[in-house]
Amino acid sequence: MNGNDEPILSARGLDLSFGAVRALDGVSVDLWPGEVLAIVGESGSGKSTLLRVLAGEAAPSAGSVTYRDADGAGMDVHGMGEPALRRLARTEWGFVRQEARDGLRMGVSAGGNVGERLMATGARHYGDIRAEAARWLERVEISADRIDDRPGLFSGGMRQRLQIARTLVTRPRLVFMDEPTGGLDVSVQARLLDLIRGLVSDLGIAVALVTHDIAAARLLAHRIVVMRNGRVVEEGLTDRVLDDPRHPYTQLLVSSVLAA
Amino acid sequence: MSGWVLRASGLCKGFTLHLQGGLRIPVLRDTGLEVAAGECVALSGPSGAGKSTLMRLLQGNYGADAGSILVRRPGGEAVDLAAASPRVVNALRRDTVGHVSQFLRVIPRVPALEVVAAPLLARGVAREVALARAGALLRRLNLPDRLHGLPPATFSGGEQQRVNLARGFAADFPLMLLDEPTASLDAANREVVVGLIGEAKARGAAIVGIFHDAEVRDRVADRVVEVAALREAALDGAA
Repeated sequence: MNGNDEPILSARGLDLSFGAVRALDGVSVDLWPGEVLAIVGESGSGKSTLLRVLAGEAAPSAGSVTYRDADGAGMDVHGMGEPALRRLARTEWGFVRQEARDGLRMGVSAGGNVGERLMATGARHYGDIRAEAARWLERVEISADRIDDRPGLFSGGMRQRLQIARTLVTRPRLVFMDEPTGGLDVSVQARLLDLIRGLVSDLGIAVALVTHDIAAARLLAHRIVVMRNGRVVEEGLTDRVLDDPRHPYTQLLVSSVLAA
Repeated sequence: MSGWVLRASGLCKGFTLHLQGGLRIPVLRDTGLEVAAGECVALSGPSGAGKSTLMRLLQGNYGADAGSILVRRPGGEAVDLAAASPRVVNALRRDTVGHVSQFLRVIPRVPALEVVAAPLLARGVAREVALARAGALLRRLNLPDRLHGLPPATFSGGEQQRVNLARGFAADFPLMLLDEPTASLDAANREVVVGLIGEAKARGAAIVGIFHDAEVRDRVADRVVEVAALREAALDGAA
């Protein structure tokens, strides 16, 4: 069999408290190669904290996160040290932030934003980098003649698409996404979701997606995890959790969504 | 062809509505159904009898409270869909269990041709081959070529359902679940669907369907069964 039989990311028994608030309370999740896992729940459920702990950006008070690289070797995300973690974040991982300005370099051109990530993985030839950046801008539906514009001149939807190009240009194996469509107009959201859906399936990347948007989760995710008060209250096949919810909180969450 | 493709037994399914004070709604008890390769079984019974619930259990959309749903994969291996992990259910939906719902779930901006080709692409069929097969099926279902490149969101109900049917029949699934496949179709397209079902049976597909249209049902079904009659007497001791 191939390497798809082992999770690319496994979290076990994660705890994390902020004062009296238990942001994570015994959370365990697995993510397999090529799989999109949606982490849903309302504000304060702990879903964004979970994403940061999975990505090594916040340390849990208990529990572990294991990343399995392309060769199948397991690595302890919270024990590998800052340099190794930064190398992973630059190469095999990507992170798409809710606020595009947190994921982009606002003082650098669109082409520079995309090219910078390529250079970080070893690309050196200027002409190749610029050509690849131009290809990726087109792929995320930004006209190549905007390559020298800074992201500050872009609309919110364009900035988010640029962030996705910057993240995916190095073909990471694992991408974390935190409310990638949050704060955008509904029509812009649909375009972005469709773009993410196409790219993720074409590139076969694993995605841990935090969202409060149930429709986005249904569209993108193979599996879903429902969080409340720092705990996973229900998880499973996306359409089963949404169409046959068992937990009272999931039933409330699903019944609160307007059908479209 | 012989032998079963689907063997469900002891299926129980109810719903607990936590938002309605924990109200319990039992729908199916000790339900069993076996369907052979090349056989089409039509589910019948009054509204509320559990036809749709059974169909949803068979495609893994609902989780069973008890019982097993054995399905035969293309290689001959039998897998219990009721006990399978989400990843295995997704794999079964790629290669074993096909499904045509009553309504197309429209994805913004995705053209009809891509919607139809998706099940083939998910199996790794070459893009040109998948798109050619998708186009041919849409044409057969009388959806004009000028619509193939458009997202179905703006299509009429009948056009959307034809896209849905083409998608459902694009790949050769060993087991096909059809929920009112001809509900919004005109006579000519109903004929096409009857033909598609006949061809699926001829290649050995097992089919379970809900057919509102009695004429279509009588033409395609080898057996018509009441859901209530699927209750397994041998397991009925506690009643």
